[in-house]
Amino acid sequence: MSARTLYDKLWDSHVVEQREDGAALLYIDRHLVHEVTSPQAFEGLALAGRPVRRPQAALAVVDHNVSTRDRRAGIKDPTSRLQVETLEQNCQEPAFRVPYIPLLDPRQGIVHIIGPEQGFTLPGATIVCGDSHTSTHGAFGALAFGIGTSEVEHVLATQTLVQKRARNFRIRCEGELPKGVGAKDLILHIIGRIGTAGGTGCALEFAGSAVRAMSMEARMTLCNMAIEAGARTGLVAPDEVTFAYLKGRPMAPAGALWDRAVAAWRGLASDPDAGFDRELVIEVEGLEPQVTWGTNPEAVAPITGRAPRLLDASGPEAAAALEQALAYMGLAQGQVLQGLPVDVVFIGSCTNGRIEDLREAAGVLKGRRVAPGVKALVVPGSGLVKAQAEAEGLDAVFLAAGCEWREPGCSMCLGMNDDQLQPYERCASTSNRNFEGRQGRLGRTHLVSPAMAAAAAVRGCLTDVREFL
Amino acid sequence: MQPFTIHTGLAAAMLQDNLNTDLIIPKQFLKTIHRRGLGRHLFHDLRYQEDGSEDPAFVLNREPGRSASILLAGANFGCGSSREHAPWALLDFGIRAVLAPSFADIFANNAVKNGILPAVVTPEAVAALAVHVGELEVDLAAQRIRAGAAEYPFRTDPWARGILLEGLDEIEQTLRGIAGVEAFEQRREAEAPWL
Repeated sequence: MSARTLYDKLWDSHVVEQREDGAALLYIDRHLVHEVTSPQAFEGLALAGRPVRRPQAALAVVDHNVSTRDRRAGIKDPTSRLQVETLEQNCQEPAFRVPYIPLLDPRQGIVHIIGPEQGFTLPGATIVCGDSHTSTHGAFGALAFGIGTSEVEHVLATQTLVQKRARNFRIRCEGELPKGVGAKDLILHIIGRIGTAGGTGCALEFAGSAVRAMSMEARMTLCNMAIEAGARTGLVAPDEVTFAYLKGRPMAPAGALWDRAVAAWRGLASDPDAGFDRELVIEVEGLEPQVTWGTNPEAVAPITGRAPRLLDASGPEAAAALEQALAYMGLAQGQVLQGLPVDVVFIGSCTNGRIEDLREAAGVLKGRRVAPGVKALVVPGSGLVKAQAEAEGLDAVFLAAGCEWREPGCSMCLGMNDDQLQPYERCASTSNRNFEGRQGRLGRTHLVSPAMAAAAAVRGCLTDVREFL
Repeated sequence: MQPFTIHTGLAAAMLQDNLNTDLIIPKQFLKTIHRRGLGRHLFHDLRYQEDGSEDPAFVLNREPGRSASILLAGANFGCGSSREHAPWALLDFGIRAVLAPSFADIFANNAVKNGILPAVVTPEAVAALAVHVGELEVDLAAQRIRAGAAEYPFRTDPWARGILLEGLDEIEQTLRGIAGVEAFEQRREAEAPWL
């Protein structure tokens, strides 16, 4: 057989039927379900009298709508509560019987945090979820991508999806990341380089020495934001780091099955002479901490940089778009980014709500105080992340610094719960999207790493975290 | 699903690039458990002022936009969140086709599954169509857009074209071939029993 990429191998091993129109029926091994994109899918099944084909291949949890304050007080907003209760009921329907992690369960958290945590996410698997950040799970060498609600229904009913094969795009990140610069900075830089549609139709494989040196948490941050470059799928080849992370997880294989699985997973990496449709090499040595200045993730600059000037725009349409983005963000053209005052700092989300992210932020905040007038929210990605952080004393660091220490959920990444920006508030956020209104109507989002967010909290403005190290 | 063959209707133009699904339907409207009723919230933050009244300058708040069933858009339309609420809101407003130079992958899939045509048109054709006065005719089988005497080609994925032209229920189609899925599952159980 000719040389194949990691993506090719994952794809080939899941094709149930190749169709003449170029699409294929793909088998789906794992399906994460949450409250926002599933009610209409379950309703569709009920109306057609169709059962869930393989309930044990699914795992459901509530994350988008949940309050990050006192859990036992319940959810005040009746529409949010109805959506949460609807998922709970759907999972219990005799025809559905989908395993469900309830709100008060210590394992509850963001779908993309709990999948890996439980060992539900495994190399070589196909993993889908009605959420675009499903690309996160590709960090394990799984073919993982976000889908819409009609596709959620299709997977529940048939355990398959009709898909088109993506093109192979490898991004080789070579060298050692400088101190104070991490996976978030790297992925923001990559999106800045290739643009928000640069990966459309592609599976992005992240490779190179900088990626091999990364922890699973960092690889997940990288793959999480593949979708912000237009790619539904991000990938990292599984290796010893992957296996060490997964070993002993509740839903990971054990004993002889574990050894068999690892042997199979070792064969997943792209063959040395595999061809890629596109390749980009990034030397990471000179990389600086990144911060977005505009209203999509490609609008990014080093913290030492400035917002662009209109005369730098490529044409009249680009200039108009730039002018609108600067106006929305309350920035002058050419404005220096460092020193821009922030009102809110958000540390959390499926991009940066894992234990390593909290350690990174706590490292900066330890022995320091959040600047007066700044609201700093720390929202762990799951109950298990929260418990781990508390066992390490990170909660005490955050609280002593003046941060709020919350319950797990998606929170201010998209503000479906109470955690929202007020109009014109400026936020240093570890989340993934700086779209207009994303964190709250007229709110202004600057995407940064957890360390950069913590530094912004201390100084009360966008600042270079390297000054703290 | 309603098949899409030839559609004739008025068009509204929103030509900026990267119109994301957060803008198409903001988060507060994702709490619904139904598919219908989202049309009045389509492009909410652009369409309504802070006091809740319509912004008279916004394209969908004046004719022909208010009666439009075709949307002309910039590149990378529908990027961002996978929310199918975006095509649901477009459909509920009355939009049956979006004509743009490019689409985000998940949005294009979601649109097709709801009978909305995502047609890939050159930027020049989008610009020309945006200044056309009167109805457009979108012919999916021929992959042509007719605007008065002028005609423009467009591209669609063959798979998407099949679904749209026939208004296919994909789940029904897959269930008819479920024996193939069962055979795959048996093979898989032997090869990778941990999955």
